[in-house]
Amino acid sequence: MHKPIDSNEGFNRSASRQLALYGVGAVLAFVLLMLGLNSAASLTSTSTGGVAGAVDVENNEITAYLRQDPPELNTMGAADAVSGIVLGHVMEGLLRYDEHGEIVAGLAERWEIEGDTATFWIRDNARWSNGEPITAHDFEFAWKTTLDPATASQYAFILYVIKNAAAANNGELSIDDVGVRALDDKTLQVTLEQPIAYFEKMVAFATFSPVNEAFFNSTNGRFAAEAESLLYSGPFMMTSWVHGASLRIEKNPYYWDQSRAKLDAINFAYVTEDTNTLLNLFKDGRIVQVDLTAEMLEGAMQQGWVLDRFMDGSVFFIDFNHRDGRVTTNKNLRRAMVLAQDANELVNSVIKLPGYVPAKSLFPAWMRGASRTLHEEYPPPEAPFNVALAKEHLEKAKQELGLSEIPPIILLADTSPVATISAQYYQETFKKNLGLDIVIDQQIFRQRLAKMESGEFDIVLSGWGPDYNDPLTFGDYYASWNLNNRGHYRNERLDELVRIGQNSLDNEERMAAFGEIQQILFDESVLIGNYERGRVYATDPRVKGILRRAIGAETDYTYAYIDLDAQ
Amino acid sequence: MNEPAVKLSPDDFKPLGLREQRHGISRPSRSYWQDAWGRLKSNRRAIVSLWIIIGLLAFALVGPLLWSVDPARQDIDQISQAPGADRSATIVAPYEYWGGQVTESAPAQQGVFNLGDAPNSQVVRLVWDALPGAYGYRIYRNIFPIGDDRVFGLPLVDVTSAAAGFYEDRLNLRPDTYYYTLVALDEFGGLGEQYEVLEVDVERVITVDEVRARSLVPPEQNLAIGDTVNLALHPLGTDYLGRDMLARLMSGARASLFIGIVAPFLFVLLGVIYGSTAGFLGGKVDQFMMRFADFVVALPFLLFMILFQVVFGLGPGQSGIIPMMVALLVLSWPATARLVRGQILQIRQEAYISASRLLGARNTYLVLRHMIPNTMGVILVTLTFAVPSAIFTEAFLSFIGMGVAPPTASWGSMSNEGLATMLTHPHELIFPAIFISLTVLAFNLLGDGLRDALDARMRSLE
Amino acid sequence: MWRYTLKRLLQGLVTVWFIATATFFAMHNVPGDPLSGERAATPEIRANLEARYGLDQPLATQYIIYLENFIKGDFGISYTQRNRQVNDIIREHFPVSATLGILAVMFAAMGGVLFGALTALFRNRLPDTIIMFMVILGISVPSFVFAALGQLLLVNINDLLGFSILPVAGWGTVSHMLMPALVLGMGTMAYLTRLMRSSMLEIINSDYVRTAKAKGLPPERIFAKHQLRNAIMPVITVLGPAIAAITTGGFVVELVFAIPGLGRYFVQAVQQLDYTVIMGTTVFYGAFLVFMVILVDLLYGWIDPRVRLQ
Repeated sequence: MHKPIDSNEGFNRSASRQLALYGVGAVLAFVLLMLGLNSAASLTSTSTGGVAGAVDVENNEITAYLRQDPPELNTMGAADAVSGIVLGHVMEGLLRYDEHGEIVAGLAERWEIEGDTATFWIRDNARWSNGEPITAHDFEFAWKTTLDPATASQYAFILYVIKNAAAANNGELSIDDVGVRALDDKTLQVTLEQPIAYFEKMVAFATFSPVNEAFFNSTNGRFAAEAESLLYSGPFMMTSWVHGASLRIEKNPYYWDQSRAKLDAINFAYVTEDTNTLLNLFKDGRIVQVDLTAEMLEGAMQQGWVLDRFMDGSVFFIDFNHRDGRVTTNKNLRRAMVLAQDANELVNSVIKLPGYVPAKSLFPAWMRGASRTLHEEYPPPEAPFNVALAKEHLEKAKQELGLSEIPPIILLADTSPVATISAQYYQETFKKNLGLDIVIDQQIFRQRLAKMESGEFDIVLSGWGPDYNDPLTFGDYYASWNLNNRGHYRNERLDELVRIGQNSLDNEERMAAFGEIQQILFDESVLIGNYERGRVYATDPRVKGILRRAIGAETDYTYAYIDLDAQ
Repeated sequence: MNEPAVKLSPDDFKPLGLREQRHGISRPSRSYWQDAWGRLKSNRRAIVSLWIIIGLLAFALVGPLLWSVDPARQDIDQISQAPGADRSATIVAPYEYWGGQVTESAPAQQGVFNLGDAPNSQVVRLVWDALPGAYGYRIYRNIFPIGDDRVFGLPLVDVTSAAAGFYEDRLNLRPDTYYYTLVALDEFGGLGEQYEVLEVDVERVITVDEVRARSLVPPEQNLAIGDTVNLALHPLGTDYLGRDMLARLMSGARASLFIGIVAPFLFVLLGVIYGSTAGFLGGKVDQFMMRFADFVVALPFLLFMILFQVVFGLGPGQSGIIPMMVALLVLSWPATARLVRGQILQIRQEAYISASRLLGARNTYLVLRHMIPNTMGVILVTLTFAVPSAIFTEAFLSFIGMGVAPPTASWGSMSNEGLATMLTHPHELIFPAIFISLTVLAFNLLGDGLRDALDARMRSLE
Repeated sequence: MWRYTLKRLLQGLVTVWFIATATFFAMHNVPGDPLSGERAATPEIRANLEARYGLDQPLATQYIIYLENFIKGDFGISYTQRNRQVNDIIREHFPVSATLGILAVMFAAMGGVLFGALTALFRNRLPDTIIMFMVILGISVPSFVFAALGQLLLVNINDLLGFSILPVAGWGTVSHMLMPALVLGMGTMAYLTRLMRSSMLEIINSDYVRTAKAKGLPPERIFAKHQLRNAIMPVITVLGPAIAAITTGGFVVELVFAIPGLGRYFVQAVQQLDYTVIMGTTVFYGAFLVFMVILVDLLYGWIDPRVRLQ
């Protein structure tokens, strides 16, 4: 046996020396490359890429984040929450919500709604961010373009309250027949399909924003694709947009009310939905505000952060499939499931975030009725958590269905963390309390929607967020003609009530209708309320006045200011 | 000085005749595999690793027989419980809605802000008298004492009435000390100057029904309010839904080890066969085969995984492990194939191959006897790395929400879930992470040992 | 040589066409509808949308239209980023992923070769044990855990120092890249270390090294010329696919460090069934990968004269 070669000390030493030499060379080359990359990197990003701290007192600006790159800043297209945050700062329509959630004049100086005709008088000093005046024609163009079938806007339906809008969008009538007309540069007249009580609340929605026709045509189909290919009517204007990386808005010098925005600029310097990353950025003093998950609360208290909470307006509930052949068409089975669960336990023990509250009805607790909240005017009937009673209903259901055992029930859910946890909680709850077998069908977003459309589920974790501040935005969910009613629930009385909600001009009567809808949904056990979504967030103590709300931009920095006294 | 040359006689030229045992075999004859096994046995690290792997398999397969707790069972009383935490709980009456009447069991009332009932983990009941000048109140809860900096902690609720009021806190109460703060609100809903702090020690409680439902005591035992019972035992704690970590680790082991062992073994095998065929045949066939490998490697994994789920008719409630494995198998072999082919191309030029060919060796013999053993080192390294990469692929899919279907557990999905609670309940991340590391470590060391044992050239070193 | 390169490039084109075709049909067979949203669209709005994206045509026609546009280099408009061309998405976000990927591979290759050679030289001794332990640690932690821990480390270091040595997340300067690249390259580095160690070990015991020693060549020369150069071969083989894999597989790191890379767009596109972005990125990545493979094969022939290119 000869000696292994690798114990050759002399050779190893020389080889190591050689290796070390290579190593040094490689590191040098590496440093050179880094320097090269540094200059190259500036080409793919801006200088705002997150170098600054959260608060810049000198320039009166703050740094924040976005959950994702805004998918659609064209107000004539779709509307999503993230785009809504940006649009809420840079766009203004005829009317808007103020800091207390009241409708106030926006670009319209005054307005008048009489019967089926609404007239808006636009301010003389309303200007686009390029200095050109905003005219009634800009509104007419925007609304008609939204309704043009060629635009293929997903939110065109929200304009259907305007005369002939639906027909024009379907291609049955010409776009010119739509009931919106600029009487002169500053006067816009809208004819409605029929008089409605909540039109002004709808006008504050982003789809009702103006678009300048000449500018739109000059962008050659790239409208709203970049910061330069949009004109702004709001208190801020976008000055840079590096997709997926950062977005910067600055005070719009042409905005009619210069006193409204307190900050000179807001940097949305980080784009990620990773909650841990955002927490770390906040901890590092890079962003002014961060939403917290239940697991982060203990750490946040330890850090002594200023915590706050708000409800983002959405209601989450379990929808049943009412298509023929599904066991969930049986009312007693639905009743049993309603009684066998306790939303309090879900919210208090499983979700564990103080912003969440158990959902008591389809209508959220914050929704206003005629004078007080709808819940105060029409208290939602409460189902007791009663397993024994639930079991009785289950037995009745088995008899009615002629089954000795209920077959496994398919629970459709998406892949978000709260949906995952809720699905597993309900699976166990129904198993434990009713002996029902629940199989979870967890699908990514589009597949879940596809399965909901085609009815491949028994129960589904659903949710609904408001478009405008009126109970109708929730109330028509179960109308038989509503395509969002994907469980195909049908009830003639409920349809009648929805019609009242849509058409009546008497607010008391409308609210009574919504109250009755709430009662029907309870009596028929049409849904299992889960929770109203809330958020707990920490804010940099130097910044005051950031608004979080359910309607309009979810986070609104318009009224935010840097408090020099704080720390 | 002439020395006489060696004297030779005619006898010297006679044949010697056959001698016995000139070239004796001094050691018993051993085949390649026997030899390899012998060398593996003498490698202590490899043997320990082998035992670890056997242990992990036993943990996955035999474990559930010994610790027969349902991994999907949620113990709502013990959510995110660390191992070894106190489990005693006092029995109380079931929760009932409370109208704000201070009960007898409440501590003595003093000041403005008080407890309305004995505080326990079921509910903490708070009552307060009106504060002068307040338009409403906000109640905060903190786990740290309130200092002068007016940092109150968690905002629980806003009360819009200025009058005396009450509130029931049921949010995630644990046996701990809480500091509740009642802060007066001004007319705009902003925080006023006045506030009152209340320190509350919460006791863990349970109701009789819950004790019975969870079979915490024998059914014949009588229970009265005020008795103490022990909650269910969770040796490694519980996760964010109160499920037993040990049971979940065991059932997770089945998913992770299945994905982590079967899939890599199969796709490496496929890659070796494919790569050596291509490398050995060479020429046009090789060209074509490698282009096909390039094609396969560029197919998007995520998309095809969804597609396989459809093709396999994955219904709701199924764990989704099989489509994941098929996707891995179909899309992951090209890397091994390329590597093996590269090695074979190199070996093909070696002199011993030509020699063997000259001696009449057939192709199969050449491949199996010379080429594969000589690439064994690289193959085993690939295999030992394929194990973690398969486990991580599954973990990655869990990370983006496309992994095994809940409530199926896997180490990857458990690590992903544990990540959220990394700082507050580290055991939820650490346990699955340790198991992943242990598996990876064992496979690496075993792979090392195997490589040394199987590699023909290593023999000369001993 | 030139003829070979040309031939390989042509074959590459065919491969890319295959990839495009397979992905196209796979994608259209995945259930779900790229046009659906939480707010259900009326049949009329849907029809408008379908017409806009050409989904009202039969699949075969869509495929032909797709190929025509593909030849023209037009990948269409994204379904989720509604005003952006897929070409713009690739053009803006690929360089980010590539920069990060190349940096990560450089970390990995440098570390891998260096550590691999070291462990082979000191086989079964202390440096070997230490490095191999680190390697195991490096590969036994899932990337998302690693990324989260790396970021947490930065936050705590910054907190401790009172100023920021490296940014926690974001993109823009080289300081933003270091931690993500390190995290991204960690797994590959461990892999290369192992590979390098194993191939070094084989070569240390090979005949030609022994001959070289016997000939009395200086050790540095033996090491550099005979051992290192030959041992690097398998490393180079996997480097091509590794670059491609790292550049395309950076989703976790891109998400955690808020980096605007193409990886995030691709994963989102698959989850959102954004047909045009799926096609664009897959074909682009496919072409990129095929090109890397060709490059590696050419390099292979150049480094190792034994492998003759036909």
